[in-house]
Amino acid sequence: METATRAYPPGEHPDQKPPIGQSGVLYWMHKNLFSSPFNVILTLLTAYFLYLLLPPLFGWLMIDSVFVADSRDHCRELGSGACWGFIGKRLGQFTYGFYPHDERWRVVLCFALFVAACVPILWDGAPNRKKWLYFAAAFPFIAFWLLIGGNGSIAAYGILFALVVVPVVYFSPIDDADGADTGGLTYVLLAVWAFLLIGLQNIFFSTDVDIGIGGLGNVMRTLITLLLIGLTMVPLFHRGMAGKLRRQWATGFFALAALWHFVGGTNFGFSSDHLLTIVDTDQFGGFMLTMVIGVTGIVVSLPLGILLALGRQSDLHIIRWVCTGFIEFIRGVPLIALLFVASTMLNYFLPPGSNFDLLLRVLIMVVLFSAAYLAEVVRGGLQAIPKGQTEAADAMGLRYWQSMRLIVLPQALKISIPGIVNTFIGLFKDTTLVVIIGLLDPLGIGRASLSDTKWQGLSTEVYVFIAIFFFICCFSMSRYSIYLENKLHTGHRED
Amino acid sequence: MNDKTELAAQLAVSDQQMIRIQQMHKWYGQFHVLKDINLTVNAGERIVVCGPSGSGKSTLIRCINRLEEHQKGEIWVDGTELTSDLKQIEQIRREVGMVFQHFNLFPHLTVLENCTLAPIWVRKMPKAEAEQVARKYLERVKIPEQADKYPGQLSGGQQQRVAIARSLCMNPKIMLFDEPTSALDPEMIKEVLDVMVELARDGMTMICVTHEMGFAKTVANRVIFMDEGEIIEQNEPEEFFNNPQSPRTQEFLSQILLH
Ligand SMILES: Nc1ncnc2c1ncn2[C@@H]1O[C@H](COP(=O)(O)OP(=O)(O)OP(=O)(O)O)[C@@H](O)[C@H]1O
Ligand SMILES: [Mg+2]
Repeated sequence: METATRAYPPGEHPDQKPPIGQSGVLYWMHKNLFSSPFNVILTLLTAYFLYLLLPPLFGWLMIDSVFVADSRDHCRELGSGACWGFIGKRLGQFTYGFYPHDERWRVVLCFALFVAACVPILWDGAPNRKKWLYFAAAFPFIAFWLLIGGNGSIAAYGILFALVVVPVVYFSPIDDADGADTGGLTYVLLAVWAFLLIGLQNIFFSTDVDIGIGGLGNVMRTLITLLLIGLTMVPLFHRGMAGKLRRQWATGFFALAALWHFVGGTNFGFSSDHLLTIVDTDQFGGFMLTMVIGVTGIVVSLPLGILLALGRQSDLHIIRWVCTGFIEFIRGVPLIALLFVASTMLNYFLPPGSNFDLLLRVLIMVVLFSAAYLAEVVRGGLQAIPKGQTEAADAMGLRYWQSMRLIVLPQALKISIPGIVNTFIGLFKDTTLVVIIGLLDPLGIGRASLSDTKWQGLSTEVYVFIAIFFFICCFSMSRYSIYLENKLHTGHRED
Repeated sequence: MNDKTELAAQLAVSDQQMIRIQQMHKWYGQFHVLKDINLTVNAGERIVVCGPSGSGKSTLIRCINRLEEHQKGEIWVDGTELTSDLKQIEQIRREVGMVFQHFNLFPHLTVLENCTLAPIWVRKMPKAEAEQVARKYLERVKIPEQADKYPGQLSGGQQQRVAIARSLCMNPKIMLFDEPTSALDPEMIKEVLDVMVELARDGMTMICVTHEMGFAKTVANRVIFMDEGEIIEQNEPEEFFNNPQSPRTQEFLSQILLH
């Protein structure tokens, strides 16, 4: 009886295609919308609500709305829907804040470069990705220069730092004689310090400090700067140098160049306002300000958050206590309070007479705030990595930073993607809080524009417009995170 | 049975000391896990460590590459003493490979990347050369065709063989195995043991915690029995199994041989 039902002798059954799936619109509807009486009721109710909601909404947004008008009354004459003409009139301000009209091209260029820098970072299939990544590393410094202006020395040192010093330190072989590779970290810190020195000069000292080498003459001083910069680059071309010497060389000469710049005040022959007109950060506003705070916050807080998370898990008690204390403090305080501290109290701790840029202070607070949250998200990911992973890495002789960078973090960050992106989205939306301390983000601009007597009573349009902008940004981040999760999925989970 | 024991006898053991452990003690907090361990392993020796659960077998071999720290006594590996000096620890770890019960492969890297990671980052080997070496060892553990898969796509036995290949890529002088087959289904145990037997045949110095007594009889030249943190007895396999000295060894053997 049994053999009669078999189409093939035992052991000889060929591989066959799965049965053809039932498909089609009707099948889908039946399966997803009308599979049970309860489901039918739900579907009908939803359809009814959509019927009530969508046509009027669409009418207000699109069909009855007015895109070009001179005043609110004009709008009302032309149509009963939204008055987008108002937004159109104010679009420049919504986008650039009070950035000088003639310099707006810099913002546009900066945004274009930003998009270009995002491509190799977000898409690992990008052609020539490696070269693009170098551009992405240099982008922050270019952006800084474009937006703020000046003679470009910050950009020059920044690019030197990102494209020469960091790669030399990072890619130089670690010789056995070097000991633990915290060595590499020391060099990076040295170079960061040198970089900050230049930054400090720009922030605190509007005039160059002259300690007497001014007598050398501008040409001579610039030549010495160029020489030092040139020497910094030597390890890039001299492949034969030993690893340790390469790192010391690059960071050492970079620090010297920075120091020379700091005390000698070279400006490459350009006065500080020469190449690009300086725009004060209090003229930043609108979506541009949102992007500046949001993107800087995201880019800086992620590495900081990772370091905090690692620090909180560290075997070294002091580091653990400091990181834990920092995280708990920041998480326990509302962002608004931190922003108020940034806008008022911080002046207290600074040398009198110094003018610490308000936007920079806000950025620092936003970064610290989101870093603390990210640290907790990443810590969750770190805890999910089995101890066997680090043990295997240890047993093979990998050092702490190697095993973190190559083994633990890639896995921990992958698990943490939803939480990380969640924090990013929160940060991006929280940028609107800066309106409270007087920065003119889109909400601030919107509120100011509402007081225009010609256009009174259009708050709905303004806020819907701002909402759409934020929704597009946040929704893209959310979709990207889903794409990333799928891409990083490597087969079954290992237990 | 006869040719098995012959294999063990054939394999040469030099009198060069690879590992020397002297009066070594270890505590977990107040708990005295390892008590007065004395053990010398010569190059080419294959040592099997057995004993009841919780007797400190894993702890002992994990002390040899400093995954666990000992508090008293000395451990010398290939002429270097294990202290808290990071450089010496790294030097020793480069020469000592370890295979774990749960494989501990890196799930986010392909099999090939798992194998080339340490040679590239620790031995500073050029990538192309590291891949060549990795393919050679994957061939040796008989899974060259899986090089581009992720560990999660392999069976347990295949994963453990990858783990062995991964260790071998560092060209270690000593291999430590911590119950390499006890997380595997019976039909996979053999494929892993076969690889280990071949490794022994090639003269690798091995310390292996295992309850595979067949393996102990085939390749070991010494079997060590541990209980409650002490080495109770060590002997050549034949003597050890046929003529155990201490009552605890006899009891242990009678239990596992019942299965
Ligand atoms: N990290 C730890 N902290 C405290 N006690 C531990 C730790 N690791 C192991 N122990 C204890 O030390 C003893 C020895 O553990 P070990 O893992 O070496 O045993 P084992 O002989 O390998 O046992 P098994 O056959 O079950 O693997 C056990 O009693 C265990 O509970
Ligand atoms: Mg064990």
